[in-house]
Amino acid sequence: MYATSYHRASSVEDAVKLKSANEEGKYLSGGMTLISTMKQRLAAPSDLIDLRHIPAIRGIRIEGRKVTIGAATPHADVAASRELAAICPAICKLAGHIGDPHVRHMGTIGGSIANNDPAADYPAGLLGLGATIVTDRRSISADDFFTGLFETALEEGEMVTSVTFEAPEKAGYAKFNNPASRFAMTGVFVASTAGGVRAAVTGAGSSGVFRHPGFEQALASNWSPDALNNVAVDPSNLMSDLHANAEYRANLVKVMAKRAVASAG
Amino acid sequence: MGVEGIGARVTRKEDKRFLTGKGRYTDDMTVPGMKYAYFVRSPYGHAKIRNIDATAAKAMPGVIDVLDGKQLQADGIGNLICGWMIHSKDGTPMKMGAWRPLAVDTVRYVGDAIAIVVADSSGEARDAAEAVVIDYEQLPAVTEAVAALASGAPQIHPEAPGNLIFDWQIGEPDAVDKAIASAAHVTEIEIHNNRLSPNPMEPRATLGIYDTAEDHYTCYTTSQNPHVARLVMSAFYNVAPENKLRVIAPDVGGGFGSKIYIYPEEIICLWASKKTGVPVKWTSDRTEAFLTDAHGRDHVSKVKMAFDANNRITALKVDTIANLGAYMSLFSSAVPTYLYATLLSGQYDIPAIHANVRTVYTNTVPVDAYRGAGRPEATYLLERTMEAAARELGVSPAELRKTNFIRSFPHQTPVIMNYDAGDYEASLNAAMQAADWAGFAARRSQSEARGKKRGIGMSCYIEACGIAPSAAVGSLGAGVGLWESAEVRVNAVGTIEVLTGSHSHGQGHETTFAQLVAGRLGVPIESINIVHGDTDKVQMGMGTYGSRSGAVGMSAIVKALDKVEAKAKKIAAHLMEASEEDIVIENGELKVAGTDKAVPWFQVALASYTAHNLPSGMEPGLKETAFYDPSNFTFPAGCYIAEVEIDPDTGETDIVQFVAADDFGNIINPMIVEGQVHGGIAQGVGQALLENVQYDANGQLLTASYMDYAMPRADDLPSFSLSHQNTPCPSNPLGIKGCGEAGAIGSPPALINAITDAIGHDRLTMPATPMKVWQALHAAH
Ligand SMILES: Cc1cc2nc3c(=O)[nH]c(=O)nc-3n(C[C@H](O)[C@H](O)[C@H](O)COP(=O)(O)OP(=O)(O)OC[C@H]3O[C@@H](n4cnc5c(N)ncnc54)[C@H](O)[C@@H]3O)c2cc1C
Repeated sequence: MYATSYHRASSVEDAVKLKSANEEGKYLSGGMTLISTMKQRLAAPSDLIDLRHIPAIRGIRIEGRKVTIGAATPHADVAASRELAAICPAICKLAGHIGDPHVRHMGTIGGSIANNDPAADYPAGLLGLGATIVTDRRSISADDFFTGLFETALEEGEMVTSVTFEAPEKAGYAKFNNPASRFAMTGVFVASTAGGVRAAVTGAGSSGVFRHPGFEQALASNWSPDALNNVAVDPSNLMSDLHANAEYRANLVKVMAKRAVASAG
Repeated sequence: MGVEGIGARVTRKEDKRFLTGKGRYTDDMTVPGMKYAYFVRSPYGHAKIRNIDATAAKAMPGVIDVLDGKQLQADGIGNLICGWMIHSKDGTPMKMGAWRPLAVDTVRYVGDAIAIVVADSSGEARDAAEAVVIDYEQLPAVTEAVAALASGAPQIHPEAPGNLIFDWQIGEPDAVDKAIASAAHVTEIEIHNNRLSPNPMEPRATLGIYDTAEDHYTCYTTSQNPHVARLVMSAFYNVAPENKLRVIAPDVGGGFGSKIYIYPEEIICLWASKKTGVPVKWTSDRTEAFLTDAHGRDHVSKVKMAFDANNRITALKVDTIANLGAYMSLFSSAVPTYLYATLLSGQYDIPAIHANVRTVYTNTVPVDAYRGAGRPEATYLLERTMEAAARELGVSPAELRKTNFIRSFPHQTPVIMNYDAGDYEASLNAAMQAADWAGFAARRSQSEARGKKRGIGMSCYIEACGIAPSAAVGSLGAGVGLWESAEVRVNAVGTIEVLTGSHSHGQGHETTFAQLVAGRLGVPIESINIVHGDTDKVQMGMGTYGSRSGAVGMSAIVKALDKVEAKAKKIAAHLMEASEEDIVIENGELKVAGTDKAVPWFQVALASYTAHNLPSGMEPGLKETAFYDPSNFTFPAGCYIAEVEIDPDTGETDIVQFVAADDFGNIINPMIVEGQVHGGIAQGVGQALLENVQYDANGQLLTASYMDYAMPRADDLPSFSLSHQNTPCPSNPLGIKGCGEAGAIGSPPALINAITDAIGHDRLTMPATPMKVWQALHAAH
């Protein structure tokens, strides 16, 4: 790791100010991605602005069916929230299967979506729920937020403060682990929401998380795993790597989609 | 014997310090004035070094010096060597290319060390390493063994034309060919043994300390055999004469073979300490461990097994190509030859065997022994072939094995080994019963009803441990003898230190070795300390690998104890005015048999040191040394059964049960033995289902982190069912065979046989990842 200066931000304004004062600085949440990248010397921020101690962006708030999760909320808190499980168990289950206990107690939802790893779980969840990502300056729909591999709509210095969504009528998530990293080799989140049926796929797309219109149409007319039997998954836009080629991933996308529907009930 | 003697489940004495974080590993060692090293390593698989410019690096903050291979060479430090001479079948010696600790003009794998930076902190050393400017001329690379032998392949060492190190054979080619020609059935199969990265929990580290006043070196290192390290560094690398070099291997966090060898870093840090005048410490990070720790396995073999009309094996023919990487590591040549082909008879009475082995250079990290070393490769090849043959012949796997088991001992195989004892059917029966083999069909239908594919597979392994008679290995090319030494030192108050040349890096010697002594003398286990891992304390030793610490190391302790007991009895007899023959040692006392006369152990010890009243002419003291050289290998054997359930939608394999029935001879501590078997099976599951080192065509390591190299985790494993059969080893005083590697040797073929049983054909290579199994299922249709 190269030398860096650590700052503990006390508020969102403080964090944004620190960031703009340090052009080569970076926001630090759980550090589960950023710190290991720094240890490998693949990132060298001059300053780290720690967001985990800002009370306003930590925790889960539920008003009726409206859910707000603060950006600095660790995965373990989402996984363990009974209030959230009562109205959207799928997102709790998703959070509970991220990494291992250490990762879940350090890694945060804000860090995860800002990083937008193509194999991360939350991007599928938020895209599948049609969530809104709230930043220090605006609100961005999930459809617009995830723009590519490790790419998001965030501007320079823009900070995620929370994510919000309406609890869906039903939703399910199924993940097939990469045998080495245990990130999603394929993960599919399906939800029946007020705005319609949504199906989002992570771990598989060659440009990151994506919605699958074929699944969505089929499920809109018949919410059942069998409705997906004849829906084609095109391997040409899927990733091939050491662990899975595109053809196998295409199979997993379908199998996981059916399991996600089955788990949603 | 008492509860803490042989056979007792004594909890491990060493675990208190390990579990409370109080272990003392090489990286925990600090000495005044110590500085930190970072190595500049090749980013290319194969390249010429045109120029090294360290000017900028030397000027960086905290940098003490940057040293390169030319300086090392100028100081007379020798090349690394392979210590086991193998001759090709045409009589020519193996073609060993020069391995300079720091590459001078050519780098041959990604990670090849080029220069060392010594600085005040490891961060500064690393910063400066990045500032060393090296002008490379990239060369074409080759990483696969078969491709390296092809004509036109990039040439890696001028000493080894065609990248061929040796073309060796064992057995009778003509007899084998004749038997194959007249066979009732011949099973043919191609077997790949995947390449593995050892991944001990503690990465390698070393601390080199040069003492100017004494012209003396101390080397702390993560070694499985510090004495051999000292021997090799003195005799071959010209670091220092043995009396001027102390090697200490303190607590070592796992080795699995990878810490047997002498690596460049130990040598360089010692030399750099003299050059710079400061103690120099280097600690590998995990990426460096992936890049530079010797890998294991990596064989490709063609097999033919011939049967007569009664399904008896008449011959076995094996043609193996083994990848040894970019340089010949210390024991690399022995692994695919004498540790592999000599076990190709397995548990079977095979009249004729021929194995041909070609070893090749590639642009990959050196390959050497890894848990099992050659024996997993032999077992995997043989047991997959047996399974394929059983299917082709239409007989059950158990029946085919029973038809061919060796049943009388000693048994001379056609490939050197002379098996001394065993009961293979006992383990097979125990395993089949524990696995409820008979109930498998019903379980399979239940799985099918749930849309799953179920399979069951077995593996009957044998291995050779306790290596070995020194004269025998010497005649086969070994550069060292493979005995062990022990010293039993009784203190004046009766407490005991046992000095051993074995080295514990997780095996639990501090407990098992103490159990041996506690049981013999009837003294509390707390009164016994095991001392190992320091060339200044222990005179000489050959270290720990090949499951040899029990069979060889403890046998040396037995010999030393015999001498201690004999002397103690003489003293006791003198003190009690009894006859020496009448003295027995029981419960910490020396008694006159059949009387109530006794002297406590401590009093005899004290008497030996006060020396006020010893038998006339007796030397004071109670301390004895012994060297034990085994008369044969030992032959642990057993039967493993795996049962799997496969999800045909995803190709995911669930191990629903795993049964191990092992014959390790007598067992010192069942709890520790079970732990060894559990760990071994976990590594076998890793090899069979998860682990695979992969390089790209340019020699870049694609699996250089846990993001891509899949290690087995607790939830990948079932709860194991273990049992032990016992045919005591006749060749050593304790009747023990060794248990450290069996799990890793026996488990991969059982697992793959189970998976191929489930998918209905045997076109499957390790690791059987979900994708490969899914593809294999589709290929079946
Ligand atoms: C062993 C291991 C296993 C893992 N397994 C999984 C898995 O199975 N599934 C999965 O989805 N993930 C997995 N992860 C990733 C983990 O879930 C973290 O969520 C992820 O690393 C990022 O979250 P973080 O809070 O740690 O962010 P950090 O590492 O602190 O930051 C990541 C990036 O986001 C930026 N950032 C952080 N917070 C904000 C913010 N509020 N606004 C704007 N930018 C911000 C940082 O500057 C940085 O660039 C794993 C990680 C590890 C180490």
